[in-house]
Amino acid sequence: MATHTDVVTKPGPLPELAEPGMLGPRPIAKSGIWSWLTTIDHKRIGIMYGIAALFFIVVGGIEALLIRIQLSVPNNDFLVGDLYNQMFTMHGTTMIFLGVMPLTAAFFNYVVPLQIGARDVAFPRLNTFSLWVFVAGALILNLSWFLGGAPNGAWVGYPPITSPQYNVGYNSDFWIMGLLVLGVASVAASLNFFTTIINMRAPGMTLMRMPVFVWMTLITNILILLAFPPITVALVQLLMDRSFGANFFNYANGGMPIMWQHWFWVFGHPEVYILILPPMGIVSEILPTFSRKPLFGYPLIVFSGAFIGFMGFAVWSHHMFTSGMGVVAVLAFSITTSIIAVPTGVKIFNWLGTMWGGNLRMETPMLYAVSFIAMFTIGGFSGIMHSAAAADYQQHDTYFVVAHFHYVLVGGAISGLLAGLSYWYPKITGRILNEKIGLAAFWTFFVGFNATFFPMHIIGLSGMPRRIYTYDAAMGFNFWNAFVSVSAFVLALSFLMFFYNMYYSYKHGAVAGNDPWDARTLEWSIPSPPPVYNFALTPEVTHLDDFWHKKQTGQPISSAKSELVHMPGSSYYPLVISVGFFVMSMALIYIRNHTLLSTVIAVGGFLTMLFAIYGWSLEGPGGEMLDPNKESGAYN
Amino acid sequence: MSTAIAVDQHHGGGHHDEHHHHEHSYTGIPNKKVLMWAFLASDCMFFGTLITTYIVYHGKSLVGPYPVEILDIPITTISSFVLLMSSLLMALSVAAVNRQDLFKFRLWIFLTCVFGLIFLSFQSFEFTEFYLKGLKIQTNLFGTTFYTMTGTHGLHVALGVLWLISWFVYSFFGSMKDKATDIEVAGLYWHFVDIVWIVIFTVIYLVEFVGIGGFA
Repeated sequence: MATHTDVVTKPGPLPELAEPGMLGPRPIAKSGIWSWLTTIDHKRIGIMYGIAALFFIVVGGIEALLIRIQLSVPNNDFLVGDLYNQMFTMHGTTMIFLGVMPLTAAFFNYVVPLQIGARDVAFPRLNTFSLWVFVAGALILNLSWFLGGAPNGAWVGYPPITSPQYNVGYNSDFWIMGLLVLGVASVAASLNFFTTIINMRAPGMTLMRMPVFVWMTLITNILILLAFPPITVALVQLLMDRSFGANFFNYANGGMPIMWQHWFWVFGHPEVYILILPPMGIVSEILPTFSRKPLFGYPLIVFSGAFIGFMGFAVWSHHMFTSGMGVVAVLAFSITTSIIAVPTGVKIFNWLGTMWGGNLRMETPMLYAVSFIAMFTIGGFSGIMHSAAAADYQQHDTYFVVAHFHYVLVGGAISGLLAGLSYWYPKITGRILNEKIGLAAFWTFFVGFNATFFPMHIIGLSGMPRRIYTYDAAMGFNFWNAFVSVSAFVLALSFLMFFYNMYYSYKHGAVAGNDPWDARTLEWSIPSPPPVYNFALTPEVTHLDDFWHKKQTGQPISSAKSELVHMPGSSYYPLVISVGFFVMSMALIYIRNHTLLSTVIAVGGFLTMLFAIYGWSLEGPGGEMLDPNKESGAYN
Repeated sequence: MSTAIAVDQHHGGGHHDEHHHHEHSYTGIPNKKVLMWAFLASDCMFFGTLITTYIVYHGKSLVGPYPVEILDIPITTISSFVLLMSSLLMALSVAAVNRQDLFKFRLWIFLTCVFGLIFLSFQSFEFTEFYLKGLKIQTNLFGTTFYTMTGTHGLHVALGVLWLISWFVYSFFGSMKDKATDIEVAGLYWHFVDIVWIVIFTVIYLVEFVGIGGFA
């Protein structure tokens, strides 16, 4: 066990380079568009997830700005009625499923295999499959804009608003099908990362020697595995109602729309932790590095994360206090919601304890990480306020709630993810982000964010409801709405500055070297960008923060002598499956009114998938043997 | 059973070097098996949601046909028995491929598929009967939940049959030497689908007649 690694110990006969499969030889290009479309390298997949996520954050951001333009003055007619509904529905759906989730997936992909000392994830082709199915789902959701109207039932999609009787267009069908496809991508990726973290760790990396980010990834992926099935079933139920006249949520035939709310939030609340636990992991990596101290209370942070994940399944009905569940249910969920604040508070104090007495270096990654703690704490406080059901009756469906979850998801999750981007950018590109532009971008973000979302607390408590497209001039909302709308553009500017910095530093940034931050985990022990095979010699782990320990005790990082590494070949099939999946799903959207044509096209898509699944299964070992002594392999 | 010694086996033996992923496993459990167990955990939530929906909507249909009027316990008992026996056959085929007894492997896995298909035939017969007796997915909540849940289960069985029949065909063209894990993983899936049916059969068919003398 201890010695066996990905590195082949005795160079046997080389596998054939390109053996014919059902689609001819495997792709062997090392650069160019096809090498990216067929890659199975976790680092390239991570980069593509990241680029897609940042693109959709821009799309979702533009949608937010359009909403803010409409709300900047009372009785505005810039964006009204159904189009406004589409805009806020797509803003929420895009930011959650196409922005934050894939951005966390980008870090899972790029960082986790490096932090556990693996050559790749457990199932590289399944990883490519997840990426392209995610792209298919994102396309389906956004094509709706051009094919008759975007989803308009809010990101929670409550029937009867999304019921066939009241929502006759294809808007909600695009939403259902898009989320179903994205769910397949997420579950496939989670199975992969679960297996990777359980099975692919370097020798000696016991569970309690794993970096916190790996721990949070593990917990997040378990949450995805357990939380996505309920929403998948609920979406199928809604689809049966809409496309085949079933009665799941049809009150006229005895169905109960409240059932949807339960299924949605059984998924929806764990989803909140799916969004926030990865940034918590990122921050737990950055704080020790920039405080030059070990993480304070490592086991407590880990177990708090696990406890949050567990309790995440026991609080869903606090989203439904006003739905008339009855006193007992409201009380029970009020109590569990208060309980879940405890492990969160534990984490916050551990982070503060990490910084306490440390040798702090306030560079951009650290600033975003500290901003995460502060903003997330404010969002957490307003969350505890919601847990008191009596107070929640006043706050429900007002801008106070909007303020709360934007503090958690923008001030929290996005701050943490920008911290991660600044932190790992040198590892990914080999260059450090420009600190001057970075500081300017951070402070613009920090000021713009607070100016945008803090006033929403005020107008929310004053009674302004969410999801309405205008308000009367006499309501007293005028000043703060104008203020928020202007601030939203400041916040948008900060993202432009961040992106400009990424571009500028890619061209002109200082060369990073292996370990620009004097960091603690294994990914910093190898070159930046990492060679295609990651580790020439699989690391042997003896401590938590093993790389830091080796640096402090003067042990060699890895010996220069290394052996041939087996690199599996690229594959066309994951891409082909996702194309088939896309065709099938698009066709099924229209099955209600074009039964025959839809069925024919859907069967065609399904057969394409089936063909590619067999091609995938029958594809030989392929791949090649790389000699780390000769090839840098750094083709990122 | 084989997992405990897999740690050692992974180093010796030609089987490992031929393997595509070149698996290095921290736990000694093959990656594919870990993935399948995780998937089954996920699928538990999937069927849990469907079954819960059925239970919550039970007895809430506004018009007939109601379950007691059309459920046929004897005939579904037969098909349930067939499905459970297919699990036995599946276990036999896993044992056979572990021994590299190809003839027995092909025999048992083929019969597993046949039993799966018999179950699916019973199900399509049942669906047709119910449809002719006036139960459509649109009719009432029973129709809505019954067809969605048993249909989803039938889809799982159908995919399982496709998977197993593929291995049956493959065994005539490719080597089964390093494929024992793959068959075992397919077996895990197959057993799970059977276990889910036990729950569904209990919830839909048996519970319906609790307190009613004699079967309808």
